Amino acid sequence: MESLDLHKISVRELNQYLHKELPNKNGVKKLEILNPDGMHSIAAGMDAPVDIDIKGHGGYYVGGMNKHANITVHGNVGWGVAENMMSGTVRVKGFASSAAGATGRGGTLIIEGDTSLRCGISMKGIDIVVGGSIGNFSGFMAQAGRMVICGDAGDGLGDSMYEAVFYVRGKIKSLGADAQEEPMTDADYAAVKELLGRAGFKHDPKEFKRVAGAKKLYNWNADANQEY
Amino acid sequence: MTKKLVLEESAGFDQKVIEYVHRASATGLYEIRGMGAKRHLPSFDDLVFLAGSASRYPLEGYREKCTTTTVLGTRFAKKPIELAIPITIAGMSFGALSGRVKEALGRAATEMGTSTTTGDGGMTPEERQSSKTLVYQCLPSRYGFNPDDLRKADAIELVIGQGAKPGGGGMLLGQKVTKRVAGMRTLPIGVDQRSACRHPDWTGPDDLAIKVAELREITDWEKPIYIKVGATRTFNDVKLAVHAGADVIVVDGMQGGTAATQTVFIEHIGIPTLAALRQAVDALEDMNMRGKVQLIVSGGIRTGADVAKALAMGADAVAIGQGILLSLGCNSSSYLHEGAHIDATADYNALGTAPGYCHHCQTGKCPVGVTTQDEELELRLEPLTGAKRVKNYLKTLNMELTTVARACGKSNVHHLEREDLVALTLEAAAMARIPLAGTDWIPGVSRF
Repeated sequence: MESLDLHKISVRELNQYLHKELPNKNGVKKLEILNPDGMHSIAAGMDAPVDIDIKGHGGYYVGGMNKHANITVHGNVGWGVAENMMSGTVRVKGFASSAAGATGRGGTLIIEGDTSLRCGISMKGIDIVVGGSIGNFSGFMAQAGRMVICGDAGDGLGDSMYEAVFYVRGKIKSLGADAQEEPMTDADYAAVKELLGRAGFKHDPKEFKRVAGAKKLYNWNADANQEY
Repeated sequence: MTKKLVLEESAGFDQKVIEYVHRASATGLYEIRGMGAKRHLPSFDDLVFLAGSASRYPLEGYREKCTTTTVLGTRFAKKPIELAIPITIAGMSFGALSGRVKEALGRAATEMGTSTTTGDGGMTPEERQSSKTLVYQCLPSRYGFNPDDLRKADAIELVIGQGAKPGGGGMLLGQKVTKRVAGMRTLPIGVDQRSACRHPDWTGPDDLAIKVAELREITDWEKPIYIKVGATRTFNDVKLAVHAGADVIVVDGMQGGTAATQTVFIEHIGIPTLAALRQAVDALEDMNMRGKVQLIVSGGIRTGADVAKALAMGADAVAIGQGILLSLGCNSSSYLHEGAHIDATADYNALGTAPGYCHHCQTGKCPVGVTTQDEELELRLEPLTGAKRVKNYLKTLNMELTTVARACGKSNVHHLEREDLVALTLEAAAMARIPLAGTDWIPGVSRF
């Protein structure tokens, strides 16, 4: 396995290697990044099917806009982990700060600990599985995709959400505008089981409740008097 | 005997205000419309050039060389953009505009050696294929935003605000959210689509610097990164954009257009382009970054004279939106079909307006096929015809720009300077900090 040490090379050198040289190298399917020390944009813009282990804490935008790569952070991360991810997997063994998985379009983001504010904001198709709890205003304007929260959700969950679906095991402090709890169906139980399995979390899908958009904000003037 | 009619209009409650109150009381909704501010504002019209005479040496207007080459993104990007003219096409979305219009803009920009810009909703294949130089916007909504298109772009414009609506998000009404538009934006067909007013994954100037760095990392530091702000606290915003690592700063004044925004935003939020431009230049000069970070100004740029004045005040380039749409035929009484002019007046009337007054982009029923997603209406704009008209417009502006520059004795349009200008009104003199014509007086700076 190849090792890249951020005490010896810069993040810029690392990313340029990952983008330009790695895809052309035969045999390298797995590599580790040492001494990340909370640096930003580590392994951002990946576009190759490679397994990356980040041995420590990452800063903002770890795995940002990821395609194809499977990235594991053996520590905590800052804002915007896996923001706008397209495919692949990003797993955070620790905690994640704000805007985890923001605007993600595909792939799977797994956070084993808690996340802060606005997890899954404007998500557009990504699957997010959080082992712990999520902060306030998570899932704001969530358009598509699924989010499984094994712990609690904060204030304003799913405010102004569109077609995304959330599954919450713990307490929900409050729902945002247009978000509502709905009955779980067999399809929902199957989805939760599959997502928990993907993350490696052992919970009973029966413990989860479903939150989705009520779709009352889809047309802002629906109830307006149009006589004018 | 017929009684004499005495019709004294109230200054406070004039016909416009009466109409506003009647409309508001009938609908319970604020008005959403297209175009930009309609109120009178201090503008480039309030400045004039001094040009050459005995004390200055003019260049011959048609024959002597006058360079217009414009280079953007020299601060950090490995691949700065070189444009043939300092006039660019502003960001306008596929969704607000049809795919055919985006193609026309790309073709015209390419023929003129300048750039065009995507908008909310992402990049369409039509505009990428037709545009030699394409600027890709990163907006708060991130609709249609993806790393593949990011890498295909020639520059990235991180949009914080827009002159027509600083502090406000976008609104694309459901009639324009067709199957294709909805698919690109990952939204249900026909929803009244809102765009967020701020970015989802950063807050504040220090975060912005980290976001800019991430975009550079993803694109291997190749592409120039623009930061676009709607004109409000422009002096501070420009300084913060420089701090965040921008290669290019775009300042969009309140005359800037929109396809659909609340009238209260369009008319009452932001500052005029004239005032914003001076603040932006002051900020760059204060940081000794003039020329290192390029400045693009937009918002109500219409003519070659406007371009020349913007450059003289310190802009490196301008961006035009509304003027470009007008050149395509917006607000024209007819549209061109196979070389023939087809009258569209009845379609304007159906919208409750008339050619020359239309601001109904939000309806998606553009009578000349420019701001529409309607399959029949969009055919009213032929891409090749539209491209030719936009090209002609840009060419005219560039000719006016160079002829003014030559008259001022400049062999390069970027050599135009503030000393070439005087102001015709006190407001313009104060905002632009250009002396009132015939005096040395700059209100707030020098004594009369």
